[in-house]
Amino acid sequence: MRTATHRRAVITGIGIVAPGAIGAKPFWDLLVSGRTATRTITSFDAAPYRSRMAAECDFDPVAEGLTPRQIRRMDRAAQFAVVAAREGIEDSGIDRGALDGARIGVVLGSAVGCTTSLENEYAVVSDSGARWLVDHSYAVPHLFDYFVPGSIAAEVAHDRIGAEGPVSLVSTGCTSGLDAVGRAADLIEEGEADVMVAGATEAPISPITVACFDAIKATSPDNDRPSEASRPFDRTRRGFVLGEGAAVFVLEEREHALRRGAEVYAEIAGFASRSNAFHMTGLRPDGVEMAEAIRVALAEARTDPSAIDYVNAHGSGTRQNDRHETAAFKRSLGAHAHRTPISSIKSMIGHSLGAIGSLEIAACALAIRHDAIPPTANLREPDPECDLDYVPLEARSLPVENVLTVGSGFGGFQSAMVLSGPGARGGSAA
Amino acid sequence: MRADTVVTGMGVVAPTGLGHAEHWAGTLRGASAIGPVTRFDAGRYPSRLAGEVASFVPEDHLPSRLLPQTDHMTRMALVASDWALADAGVDPGRLPEYGVGVVTAASAGGFEFGHRELQNLWRHGPQHVSAYQSFAWFYAVNTGQISIRHGLRGPAGALVTDQAGGLDALGQARRQLRRGQPMVLAGAVDGSPCPWGWVAHVSTGRMSEEPDPARAYRPFDTEAGGYVPGEGGALLVLESEEAARARGAARRYGRLAGYAATFDPPPGSGRPPNLLRAARAALDDADLRPGEVDVVFADAAGTPEEDAIEAEALRTLFGPRGVPVTAPKTMTGRLSAGGPALDVATALLALREGVIPPTVNIARPLPEHTLDLVTAPRRTPLATALILARGHGGFNSALVVTGPRRPGRATTPQRQESKPS
Repeated sequence: MRTATHRRAVITGIGIVAPGAIGAKPFWDLLVSGRTATRTITSFDAAPYRSRMAAECDFDPVAEGLTPRQIRRMDRAAQFAVVAAREGIEDSGIDRGALDGARIGVVLGSAVGCTTSLENEYAVVSDSGARWLVDHSYAVPHLFDYFVPGSIAAEVAHDRIGAEGPVSLVSTGCTSGLDAVGRAADLIEEGEADVMVAGATEAPISPITVACFDAIKATSPDNDRPSEASRPFDRTRRGFVLGEGAAVFVLEEREHALRRGAEVYAEIAGFASRSNAFHMTGLRPDGVEMAEAIRVALAEARTDPSAIDYVNAHGSGTRQNDRHETAAFKRSLGAHAHRTPISSIKSMIGHSLGAIGSLEIAACALAIRHDAIPPTANLREPDPECDLDYVPLEARSLPVENVLTVGSGFGGFQSAMVLSGPGARGGSAA
Repeated sequence: MRADTVVTGMGVVAPTGLGHAEHWAGTLRGASAIGPVTRFDAGRYPSRLAGEVASFVPEDHLPSRLLPQTDHMTRMALVASDWALADAGVDPGRLPEYGVGVVTAASAGGFEFGHRELQNLWRHGPQHVSAYQSFAWFYAVNTGQISIRHGLRGPAGALVTDQAGGLDALGQARRQLRRGQPMVLAGAVDGSPCPWGWVAHVSTGRMSEEPDPARAYRPFDTEAGGYVPGEGGALLVLESEEAARARGAARRYGRLAGYAATFDPPPGSGRPPNLLRAARAALDDADLRPGEVDVVFADAAGTPEEDAIEAEALRTLFGPRGVPVTAPKTMTGRLSAGGPALDVATALLALREGVIPPTVNIARPLPEHTLDLVTAPRRTPLATALILARGHGGFNSALVVTGPRRPGRATTPQRQESKPS
């Protein structure tokens, strides 16, 4: 149904806060270098935990231009989002003065919102868990903004772009980053906004998050070699490595962007989500629902599987995911699944839950811009069950026009998006 | 022209009643469900009242295997989803494979569950954290659990815009129907009172500290002094009219005719708040004029500043006392994202029955508001209702529903029971 509407959504700005890279340019440099940013956790003492690694951002909010008040008020996830949004807005070259705020919206994705600040405040009001309740008034006055993380979208709406149209936070677990951008594209196509600041953020590296993934053994216990712990599609993979970060885009209605002479990275050509209705954390190996999401996204984009030049995989590095996903690619792309290059950037920057889908969209848009695809790091021993071309270790240069990116998350959610280069799909002003 | 979105089923779990019939009867009686918090010891907090769903016993409705892995509000949401699908006469197994999507709104997720696991972690250590914590707390939990319980494999959505989310979820569902999805189960059930969540509510400074349940939450009153939180909400079965007709759906409660969301400028910007613009845009979207609105279900924040903003918006749009305004949430408290979803269900029932349910406990409405505030059930023909909602931090949403009897672009003929007696 997407192509039935006249309006199309394109990416005109990209802003990034990622492990090992603050900014879109260093992010791309990192991805094509094949270096990994996973390491032993530094933000708290993780000694008692099963998995003690993460891909952390070396993020200095002062150096990134946030005021002391903003730093006090905002959870780390909101700080990431605001800094990434500023870069994305600047990159787009958009002139805010020429726009009507009512036609601007914001959609941000996040799986766990302000969980780190909530945990810190819990420790404050409970004397580090010793006693409930020491005093409710010890909590910060803006505690409610951590409790209900729509506040992250509100911070971005108020910070630079002055959005007074639809503003929301999408929280569909690990597909949030794809779903948020998919929703923003919908709002543009349906005419509810002309410009959307859209993306996702996550700062989950806190004791409770690490503990909850420990409890289900989803994260890797290979603590003795953190830089090699995230090994998607490798026979020896043992789980994902937690990450953090944000990617925020400026999305515009295509004609709006072309009229002002904006440089377009890519069009959001197709998007779909499906649920497996199977298990909150488990996946069936057949990948049927992810394949269906891919099929619908391709149909919306009017793109044949054979036109896909690159697949950005979910590739979390858990035993079940990589098998599930390989099956989904074969089911949806047919013979082309064996020909198209597929890679997982989680091998380098870890799995930042709700943010990763947007970081992966950024990787796809930059792959189109640079005609290159990032590798899957740490893939040295291919898993016979994952028998596709996962671009091990080294980036490749090749023409990239149409890209598929997918996500899979707790709750059984499966999402797929097709991005196309600015010249790929034609149009009145192309 | 776009396809109509019709409401063909509803599931209500509210302080005012289990199921929409009980809720409607209680609401018409003006029976307030606000009372002392019983779900935890609220003695050490300045606010001690809530709208709890006192009669909800999870074990009566759900298999025991679901109980250890779910927060209380998820249990209520699962039951509301059961009732909504049954009310619509839907057997999901007989619908197209990816035919039913799920969109819910959440404010804080399974927060009571999350608090318990934080205590386990900080008191006893990481190995004491539940294997269910990774999904029992997060904001998408209701969407995932509902999808699994009923085998619903269509698009999934979960929105967090505080209370406005109750309408935003319905707006997103309608967008999916317009893209060709035949059916979406959407709405919100939210907000269980719990100790750590209570600290967050208290921190807003907008919670009522009045100990008398009859005086604690009085929006638009001269003595408005804050809000009372509550729990519960509603889930609606939304279908395109075409899909509803194709499966022979038994009833339509009404049409979801218009929707819009706006966001406020930052405090101190000198620019006006945008609730008014949301209401206007929702009416435009429904292709209706303000004069065609028969009743407004107000956000009714309960603090003087926020009430004044809403009253001014209504005055600008409809003129002084230009439209009947009601806030049945004075009987339930504010149910986070669940509240506006429940308001939509209540509004649809009001349209069907031709009765505006009352706003209770308003002894002295503030005259400057110039509202026609409905404080006793008012019997009158109703075709169109406007529902308003605001979320903490600047979220505004508005939704327009039209009843089965609205002239013009009417839905298919209704059963006679929909006429007021």
